[in-house]
Amino acid sequence: MSSSTNTSTHHTSTIGAIGAPSRRNTELALLVFAVVIPVFAYANVGLAIDDKVPAGLLSYGLGLGLMAGVAHLAVRKFAPYADPLLLPLATLLNGLGLVVIWRLDQSKLLQSIKQAGTAAPRQLLYTAMGIALFIVVLIFLKDHRVLQRYTYISMVGALFLLLLPLVPGLGANIYGAKIWISVAGFSIQPGEFAKIVLAIFFAGYLMVKRDALALASRRFIGLYLPRGRDLGPILVVWFISILILVFETDLGTSLLFFGMFVIMLYVATERTSWIVFGLLMSGAGAVGVASFEPHVQQRVQAWLDPMKEYTLSQQGVAGHSEQSMQALWAFGSGGTLGTGLGQGHSDLIRFAANSDFVLATFGEELGLAGIMALLLIYGLIVERGVRTSLAARDPFGKLLAVGLSGAFALQVFVVAGGVMGLIPLTGMTMPFLAYGGSSVIANWALIGILIRISDTARRPAPAPAATPDAEMTQVVRPS
Amino acid sequence: MNKPLRRIAIFCGLLVLTLLLRDNWLQYVKADTLRTDPKNRRVTIARYSTPRGDIIVDGNPITGSTASSSSGLNDLKYKRTYKNGAMWAPVTGYASQAFGANQLESLEDGILTGNDDRLFFRNTLDMVTGKQKQGGNVVTTLNAAAQKAAYNGLKSQGGKGAVVALDPSTGKILALASYPSYDPSVFAGNSNTDAAAWKKLQKKYDPNDPMLNRALRETYPPGSTFKVVTAAAALQNGLYTSADQATDSPLPYIMKGTTTELKNEGNIPCKNATMRVALRVSCNTVFGKIGSDLGNDKMLAEAKKFGFDSEQFTPVRSSASVFSDDMNDSQTALSSIGQYNTAATPLQMAMVASAVANDGKLMKPYMIDKLQSSGVDTISQTDPEEMSQPLSSSNAQILQSMMETVVKDGTGKNAQINGVTVGGKTGTAQHGVENSENPYAWFISYAKLPDGSKPVAVAVVIEDDQANRDDISGGGLAAPIAKSVMEAVINSKK
Repeated sequence: MSSSTNTSTHHTSTIGAIGAPSRRNTELALLVFAVVIPVFAYANVGLAIDDKVPAGLLSYGLGLGLMAGVAHLAVRKFAPYADPLLLPLATLLNGLGLVVIWRLDQSKLLQSIKQAGTAAPRQLLYTAMGIALFIVVLIFLKDHRVLQRYTYISMVGALFLLLLPLVPGLGANIYGAKIWISVAGFSIQPGEFAKIVLAIFFAGYLMVKRDALALASRRFIGLYLPRGRDLGPILVVWFISILILVFETDLGTSLLFFGMFVIMLYVATERTSWIVFGLLMSGAGAVGVASFEPHVQQRVQAWLDPMKEYTLSQQGVAGHSEQSMQALWAFGSGGTLGTGLGQGHSDLIRFAANSDFVLATFGEELGLAGIMALLLIYGLIVERGVRTSLAARDPFGKLLAVGLSGAFALQVFVVAGGVMGLIPLTGMTMPFLAYGGSSVIANWALIGILIRISDTARRPAPAPAATPDAEMTQVVRPS
Repeated sequence: MNKPLRRIAIFCGLLVLTLLLRDNWLQYVKADTLRTDPKNRRVTIARYSTPRGDIIVDGNPITGSTASSSSGLNDLKYKRTYKNGAMWAPVTGYASQAFGANQLESLEDGILTGNDDRLFFRNTLDMVTGKQKQGGNVVTTLNAAAQKAAYNGLKSQGGKGAVVALDPSTGKILALASYPSYDPSVFAGNSNTDAAAWKKLQKKYDPNDPMLNRALRETYPPGSTFKVVTAAAALQNGLYTSADQATDSPLPYIMKGTTTELKNEGNIPCKNATMRVALRVSCNTVFGKIGSDLGNDKMLAEAKKFGFDSEQFTPVRSSASVFSDDMNDSQTALSSIGQYNTAATPLQMAMVASAVANDGKLMKPYMIDKLQSSGVDTISQTDPEEMSQPLSSSNAQILQSMMETVVKDGTGKNAQINGVTVGGKTGTAQHGVENSENPYAWFISYAKLPDGSKPVAVAVVIEDDQANRDDISGGGLAAPIAKSVMEAVINSKK
């Protein structure tokens, strides 16, 4: 905080409006790096694959720079006090993702099985759409508290989005998970958007109910047990998660929604007991579903013994995926420093090499060092999100920010953990890095909302209305 | 709300920390295991990304490398080629883009691809000077002329068989032939043609099992050639001290503990025969009784000194030959004439001949003389190594004179070479239920030059279609091949 200094010669100063620095120039400087780094990476890939700087370098660099510039200007105009790190970090991830997607486009193997070839231009288009949505959010969402009005509409909307893939004729079963819908030749993953809409619903709902949930409870062996009727909402959300798991066979989305809800519930009520309940219920749900759902079972098998699944797939046994093992080999072959961009063989992963498994390419070509850097960037985005939540002045904003950041963190953990064999694989993608329109667009919207909340949070408090008879507060500084 | 928020911040940090730890585990701790996993396609890609080093015999490469067809999705740049592949397959093994590698191609893969740590300096130098990384060479101990004689001998014979020739004084493998064989170049690539060729060679589709390396991996009952081991045991244990001492051998001979008579092939003078005569005419009764008199333990100890009951690493692994350790007297008698459970690889029987020829010292057989970098600097050189001493020098000379009699006046006349003293032993081994299957014709021998040096010991085994069940077939079928191999070695020394 700074204080404006009184022009008088006394050692007194007057606090007027609290002038927080806007940090827009910091953001701009960081953005330059966030654009230049992917441009160099792009040139690197071209040199490694064809021994020449790729022809599209200039247009790619200009395109990314232009989009970042427009986004920056929008932030400068509509959210001048926003967190300065979020936009550059997201831009950097998105740019690097584009580079690696383009790199995988060059793989003859992936071209031959229609897994890549023209993915990069499409991803560039999705990025443009994402940034457009980001700007739209900044322009039209003047205050995030407006969203509070749409709490129950959000609930309906989220359920609608989640159920879409189950509509016959619309839903598409891709590699065993039914989380896509097909519209006019485009595959859309409604779950990515549902993530945001659900966070809005949870934030609105919990803000209203948090006192009832927090206070009306009995103490039992050191834990505050919620009343039976207050258990209602958590049971409903749990049940929906289980339904997603059963009908859309997607462990990741299910875990993500439930985890997000538990985090927000905990923050709203400050009751540790909710976390205990949440963990118990998600554990019970996951084990219960895994015991009868073959798709989930196979994912668990592939996690426990990826080599066996690989062997089975090599023998042509249907339904067995070799991806887990291929991803592990890619990581291992990358080692500490990686093979260098364009010089790995991560295209051996074949299916979803540029989407669900895009991290393996980073692992092979940029090595342990590159992955650690990426994970820290993700960590930074999440922590800036939580920081925004801390700084927010209204409970709705706090809850929404922590919900979105928590969901983002969980998604990163579930996807990266899955690809690295830490937990079973799920059908989600790394935010910003992976190929996929829904993911890129939805995550830009997510960053847009976080930036809006952070702008509101960091904006100087409006100057009190000047009442003529009230003197300005005087602060006397000892000299 | 801020207290739980701070906890959530820590929780998210922990999530990221967990991922960081996992990544370190994956890309640092487990990296080498994953990177070098043979099922990791990158290993194959690396193997064929540069021209593969060569396997060298007598200064000439017997392998090569050619650019693979770049059509389609082939991610492997070079393909292995073989010169006279079928003849050399028991030595080289194969290196196939589709089907992996075995034997020398697999064991020395690091050198051949250039990825071996011992080539690190050379590779770094190449990288600095901008040269393409090149594989090193494997220089073998083999003798091209001997290998040719062995392979052609087997081929003209037509039946299944194998030949192993050793240099007795060093253990160098001079010839290692197996028939029928296969040409590893027909499936070196990864096209459909290669796959079809591979399939055709599998035992399922070719009952002759051409991909079996009979010289190292097949054990045959050694028959009468095993009598050399029994004679060595008799001398070493002092049962008899001379070749010309009359043995205590009744005829007919009823095996101890049974009422079964052990018979000879034909009417031969075996009653109380000397060991020299018994070996010359191949008396089952004499050597059966020697084995029975010595007992299982002493026979086993001697057989083990010759290398029985353990795998040999040349460095290509050979199967362990068998002499059982839990036999009663009659079983020991049968085993001592190379029947019952006794089974030997051709390499094993060549080792027996070689130990006798080398005055009792058995040298460890080996086929890699040295490993070279692409710049032909020697990276490692194999030194001859004594494996054991199954015979004293004097007893070895007694046994030599007995084996020389076999070739001079006995069943091994077909192996005689002008101006060279040859010692040998024939064998015919029956097998199958009631001896129903084709017998195996064996011949083991060594050659002694006038200057006293013994440059070669050979073992030949042939599955005998024409089925002459008496002992002549070993001398008739196998001895001429042994002779031509020995001649080839002697001539190449000149």
